[in-house]
Amino acid sequence: MNAKPPLLQMKGIQKSFGHVRVLKDIDLEVNWGEIVALIGDNGAGKSTLIKIITGVYKPTDGEIYFKGQRITPRDVRASRALGIEAVYQERALAEQQELWRNVFAGHERTTFLGFLDLAAQRRETERLMRTRMGLTSQAITVDSEVVNLSGGEKQGVAIARALYFDADLIILDEPTMGLSITETDRVLKFTRSIREQGKSAIFIDHNIFHVYDVADRFVIIDRGSIAKRLLKSEVTREKLIETMVELHESGAAS
Amino acid sequence: MTVETTKRLPLRPAPQRSFFHVYRIQVSITALLLLLYVVFIIGDPKTYLSFNIYRSFMISIPFFGLMAMAATFIVTLGEIDLSFPSAAGMSGWVFASSYIYSGSFLLALVLCLATGALIGLINGLLVTKIGIPSIVATIGTMFLWGGLVNVVTEGHGIPMTQLLDDPLHALFVGQLFDRIPAQFIWFVAGSILMGVLYKRHRFGSHILFIGDNAESARMMGIHVDRVKILCFVIMGVSAALSVVFILNQLTFFWATTGSGYLLTTLAAVFIGGTSVFGGKGTMIGSFVGVLIIASLEPGIIAIGLTGFYTQFIYGLLITISVAVYALMLRRRD
Repeated sequence: MNAKPPLLQMKGIQKSFGHVRVLKDIDLEVNWGEIVALIGDNGAGKSTLIKIITGVYKPTDGEIYFKGQRITPRDVRASRALGIEAVYQERALAEQQELWRNVFAGHERTTFLGFLDLAAQRRETERLMRTRMGLTSQAITVDSEVVNLSGGEKQGVAIARALYFDADLIILDEPTMGLSITETDRVLKFTRSIREQGKSAIFIDHNIFHVYDVADRFVIIDRGSIAKRLLKSEVTREKLIETMVELHESGAAS
Repeated sequence: MTVETTKRLPLRPAPQRSFFHVYRIQVSITALLLLLYVVFIIGDPKTYLSFNIYRSFMISIPFFGLMAMAATFIVTLGEIDLSFPSAAGMSGWVFASSYIYSGSFLLALVLCLATGALIGLINGLLVTKIGIPSIVATIGTMFLWGGLVNVVTEGHGIPMTQLLDDPLHALFVGQLFDRIPAQFIWFVAGSILMGVLYKRHRFGSHILFIGDNAESARMMGIHVDRVKILCFVIMGVSAALSVVFILNQLTFFWATTGSGYLLTTLAAVFIGGTSVFGGKGTMIGSFVGVLIIASLEPGIIAIGLTGFYTQFIYGLLITISVAVYALMLRRRD
């Protein structure tokens, strides 16, 4: 094992909403330069778990360490400041706002007293558009409203935004949902590029082919607990699917 | 369409959208204002080519103009405030009674603005922390503060003619160069400040983002509740500052002070092109909207119609402009 502590370490995480226990005693680690896939049925607790990491929810119990430091996620802003960015299922874009306003939402570049550095925001968005988002259409500019983009282009904006702020951990919640095949390819490429930059990601997707394609490690969540942890090197895609089916059937039987 | 190939694409300048397209709402409303003035000048050249009518506009427009600018923040959030006339009434009573009691303009001013801020804070807390839809919450507080003014005044007014001798009086309603009413300068300065906050400041960016999609804003770490509360506070303070102009101009506090501005103020915002659905708006539009609303009543009389037409023409303009903007801003998805 490396002397460097894992990027993210969660110990004994519990989360209840009222009387409903959504997460029961979750231990999860993400190493540097690693893509970890969270797999599980709808309602297994995946989204709750990542919203705890990003600071949207507070855990009922448990400890979280980020870069070796104990953290208590207070809110999204604090998590973003630590270097955790998320691409949510809902994409977290505001459709009637300009591209540049979306890229810098909640992280505005300012000059003094909170006044926007419009030139820098537009310039950086322009650069991101051409390099990362793959937005090459002449019709789209930094001033275009996001509503004019296709589903894949919107996802590109959300991912490029997460990468732009130099996060060490990027969480992707169902990033390929509703995308065409070409768009999905691009998203998977984005995801692999996270590892190439030495950053880490938590990847959630219902499509097991996508998951197997990009992840180094699979963590299967079932009804609020971790049911299985598998390394990509120790499992074939077929074996992974088999494991999922077995778990699903045992769950249905009980 | 891949990362590798797009990296090699040269940066090229984005095609410029035409000025008219980007500012279509601001251009349309300014054209409407100019059109109205052409009609008024033709209808009554003697009145509309003299300075006097414009001076009287500059005296009365700030009575509701600042509130329209502040309401633009609230409407952009996708919220509404119906209680600001009562906020004006309540803070007006605080100004009048504390001025009469203490004789200190400054103290009365501070208490008045603090009252407006407190009323706004309460609205903001009701909407964000208790979770009452703003239209319902502010109907409640509209009656609450309006009713409280009735209770404390028992319907009686407060004469304040000694204001005329106060050195601070001229700061609010004096005439600059014997021509420009001070309140109009306050109004223009306040409008510029709010306009800059709206489009050139982090605060305005957050307002637009929240009004567009509050859930997205929350996920991006924007403090949604804090921004909303602050907007209601700005609304309350604007109502309080407006009533300072009104009281200094009239030197009399009526139990009904402030009432009557609700619909004209909101009409100015909507004629100005701020979207009822939130997320889109323009301060320039609201500013011109204020000028249009203020010009209509005297204008209607100037062109020879009776005052009975006023409300009808308000209604006509508001309905048409809101319909036109809805078509302009229709989402393309």
